[in-house]
This record gives sequence, C-alpha cells and structure tokens, in this order.
Amino acid sequence: MDLLLTQLATGLALGSIYVIVGLGLSLIFGMLHVVNFAHGAFFMVGGYVGVFVFAKTGNFWFSLVAVPLVVGVIGMAVERVLIRPLYGRNIDDPLLLTFGLSYIFVEVIRITFGLEGIPFGTPRELRGAVDIGVGFIPLYRIFLVALTAAILIALWLFLEKTSYGLIVRAGARDPEIVRVLGIDISRVWLFVFGLGTGIAGLAGFLSAPIQSVNPDMGVPVLAEAFVVTVVGGMGSLVGSVVAGLLVGVVVSITSLFAPDMARVSIFILMAVVLLVRPQGLFGRKGAMG
Amino acid sequence: MLSLKDINAWYGLSHVVQGISLDVRPGEVAAILGRNGAGKTTLLRTIMGLIDRRSGIVEFDGTDIMQMPIHERYHRGLAYVPEDRRIVPGLSVRENLRLGFVGLRAKAEEEAVIAEACETFPRLRQRLDQEGVTLSGGEQQMLAIARALVAKPRMILLDEPSEGIMPVLIDEMYELFKRWKQQGLSVILVEQDVERALEVADRAYIVDQGRIIFAGTAKMLLNDREMQERYCSV
Ligand SMILES: Nc1ncnc2c1ncn2[C@@H]1O[C@H](COP(=O)(O)OP(=O)(O)O)[C@@H](O)[C@H]1O
Ligand SMILES: [Mg+2]
Repeated sequence: MDLLLTQLATGLALGSIYVIVGLGLSLIFGMLHVVNFAHGAFFMVGGYVGVFVFAKTGNFWFSLVAVPLVVGVIGMAVERVLIRPLYGRNIDDPLLLTFGLSYIFVEVIRITFGLEGIPFGTPRELRGAVDIGVGFIPLYRIFLVALTAAILIALWLFLEKTSYGLIVRAGARDPEIVRVLGIDISRVWLFVFGLGTGIAGLAGFLSAPIQSVNPDMGVPVLAEAFVVTVVGGMGSLVGSVVAGLLVGVVVSITSLFAPDMARVSIFILMAVVLLVRPQGLFGRKGAMG
Repeated sequence: MLSLKDINAWYGLSHVVQGISLDVRPGEVAAILGRNGAGKTTLLRTIMGLIDRRSGIVEFDGTDIMQMPIHERYHRGLAYVPEDRRIVPGLSVRENLRLGFVGLRAKAEEEAVIAEACETFPRLRQRLDQEGVTLSGGEQQMLAIARALVAKPRMILLDEPSEGIMPVLIDEMYELFKRWKQQGLSVILVEQDVERALEVADRAYIVDQGRIIFAGTAKMLLNDREMQERYCSV
C-alpha cells in the first residue's frame, strides 16, 4: 500500500512535466489554432540550453530563469518569420511546417552537441529524499510539483486578472472582434507562441536530472503532450492540468505492476477517454479556460 | 467624415459589392437599406477591412484607411457593431466592456467606463458579473453598442441593431441614436426596419445586388412608397 502511495507521488511529479508541456501545446492550439509539432523539439532545445547555461554559470536557479526566456525568444522568432505567413491558410500548413522544423532542430543539436546524451545530475540544493509519511521520495520530485503549482498559479493570475490575459482569453474565442476593438492580435499570437514554447523548454530542462539530455528526448514527449491535450480537451487549460497529472499517475502505477506496459498505457487511456468523451475531459470547441 | 469611392468586395468569385460610392458627413446618420442578401453587411465589413478580396478607397477624416491593419480603425475613432453582436463567450459583461478599452493607447479608467456604460444602458448594471452570452438578445445588443462606445468613437457602423429585439428595447435604442445626433456622432445604420431607420436618418441609400439604386434624403425615401416596397421588403 505504501509502495502504491509513493508511486502515486512519483506519478504526480512525472505528471508535472506533462502538465507543463501539455499547457504550452494547449495554449498555442487554443489561441493560434496551430498544432505545434515542434513542441517536443522546443522541449529538447530547452534541455540543451539549460545544460549549457548551467555549465557556464554553475547556477541552477539562474539557468531555470534563462531557459524559458531563451527558448521563448526562439519560439517568437519562429512564429514571426515562419508561422505568421501561414495564418488563414489550411490548418495542415503550420502543422507540416512545425513538423519539418522539429527535424531541423534535432539535426542542429546533433551537429553542435553530438549524438550522445549529456548526463545532468540533480542540482546540489535539490538532492536527497523527503519522508512524506508513507515512504521517501526524492526532494527533486517534490520541487517539480511545487514549481508546477507555482507556474499554474502565475498563469491563472495572468489570464484571469490582467488586461493582457483578458485579451488572450477573448482572442482564443473570437479574434475578429478583438481586432475590431482596436487590439493588434498578431502581437498577442507572437507572445502566446513564445510563452508556450518557453514553458516547453523549461520542462525540457526540468526533466534533465531525470533523464539525460539527448537530441531525441523530445520525440516521446511530443506524443505524451498530445495525449495530455487530447485527454484534457484541445485548448482547455484546466484539461491539460488534470490530464497531465492523470497521465503521470497512470504511467507510474503501470510501471509498478507491468513495466512493459507503461509506455502503452497512456495511449490506452487516451483511447478510452476518446470513446467515452470524444471532445476530451474538459473539451469545448475553440474553448480556453 | 467617411467617403467611400468605388468599393468592391468578393467572396471567392462572387462579386458581392459592386462599385459603391457614398459620403457621410460629420454628425450625419446614413441609413443603408435593402433586402436580405443585398450586400449591406459585406459593405460594412469591407469598410472595417474584414473582407480579404476588396478594392476601392475608404477615406476616413481625409486618410485612406483601406490598407490599414484592422485594429487601427478603432484607434482613429471608427467603431463597428456587427450583425451577430459578437459578445465573447466565457467573458462576463464587465470583461466584454473592458475589452473595449484594453487596446486603447490612452488607458481608460475601468470604473468610469463601466459607470458610463451603465448610465447609458441601465439594464447592464445588474448583470455586470454575469456571462455576456447569457443576456437576452436585446441586452446583448446594448452590451455590444456600449462596448463600441467605450473608445468614444467619432463614427459608428451599426448592422441591424433592431433585429430580433423586443419593441421596448428598440425604442430605447432609437432614443439613444437621436441623442447621438445632438452629440455629433456620425452613424451608418443598416436596417431592415425601414420606418424606424428613416425616423433618425438624414440620408438614405438602398442597396440591391451590391449596387446603390437609390440615394437621397430620408424624407425623399419616406415619401417614395413604391421604392420602399420594391427594394426593402424582406
Ligand atoms: N461568408 C460568405 N461567403 C460567401 N458568400 C457570402 C458570405 N456572406 C455573405 N455572402 C453572400 O453575399 C451576399 C451579400 O450578403 P450580405 O452582405 O450578408 O447581405 P445583407 O447584409 O444585405 O443581407 C449574399 O448573396 C450572401 O449569400
Ligand atoms: Mg446583413
């Protein structure tokens, strides 16, 4: 029983990564209607940026702030130069573009840093384990859950309490009236793409101590992020949170009983949800909230 | 104030607005009438830059705004209340009103703006925290107008404001339009209800199959029963 509970806690920590990745994907889809196939690549780039910045500065906290900023700026450049010309065209166009882009990112990283993964140890401040009553779990995983909670609260405050957040929510529902009311929505799209990719990069860096950083680390993450957004409901932020945690828990509980099934289990979860609720747990058409 | 010169608009290959020219002077109410499908909504959307395939000149205060980014029109004092009102789902009445000024360069005071909107439309006061789309059709129309007024526009384009609304509320709305005239706000009023529109309009235009087939004073059209019946009945 205690084993199950510690595994549950581990699942929540793992789920935190999924929540962050899924949120970015969902934000971008809900707002821009772009299915971002490069999301896993931004995740991977975040891992490398983090490891690189950490190697230069030796400061984990500084790296933690630098990663989303650097990756977000890369994301904004991509939106501005490559994706913007495709708005108003078929939804497949940005999808194919980001798909191709993900290969370019992976190759650039391979050429620059090599095929081998780069191991990244847990930062010194976050080593060790904590007794949560039913067993010990690594401090780093608790940190992940806490950081995710902080990001969620910040995002919620931003969306619900600020004028810019109001524009983002309105723009997801009805971009035309937002323009008619004097708002330059292309700037909002730019910002949201930067935000979504920036937090994907952050998730990549956060997962570095759990897995090594390697050029292909974004591939499974992309699939998992899609499962999260589909299970939660495309474009629903609450859905991403619930589904991310759910996916994390399902993976970690399955790996306790049937380790071989762990990777497949999330797709089974997705299939079941789609059969029962095709729009996802919190899905509404074109919704955000 | 607003001067349209040879405006054309297309949906794919269908040429929906075919060379419309007209002028609206400061403080004037211009009624644009005509049957369903005549091209009135498309004309307003073309002025706002919302139709991709378009040509012609839209002069607002002496500048051609045709190629300007959509949002710039609002900053110049041109507001638009679309036919379907476009109250944003998921946003409260208050948030819909806030949307009217968050994009303005000079930031408005939220409380003052809300108070002013409630003074103009007292029905909104009780419902500020309700989701906008749960209001009745007439209240949504009022919210849409109030939202467009936040920017203190110099000209407002209204697309069938009385459509599907209780007569009492239509009366209230038309009282407001009359007050606008005193304040010097210019209006383009697209309407199905010819008699109502001619009550406030200075000039009237009838559009048929994308062309203007009547242009004159409201009084002239009011006296021309035949014209009204032939081109304006639904
Ligand atoms: N989005 C659209 N795509 C294609 N045709 C349209 C579209 N909207 C309107 N139309 C057509 O354009 C013509 C003019 O429509 P509209 O401007 O809405 O007329 P009105 O507002 O006078 O009723 C109609 O024949 C209508 O069927
Ligand atoms: Mg119409």
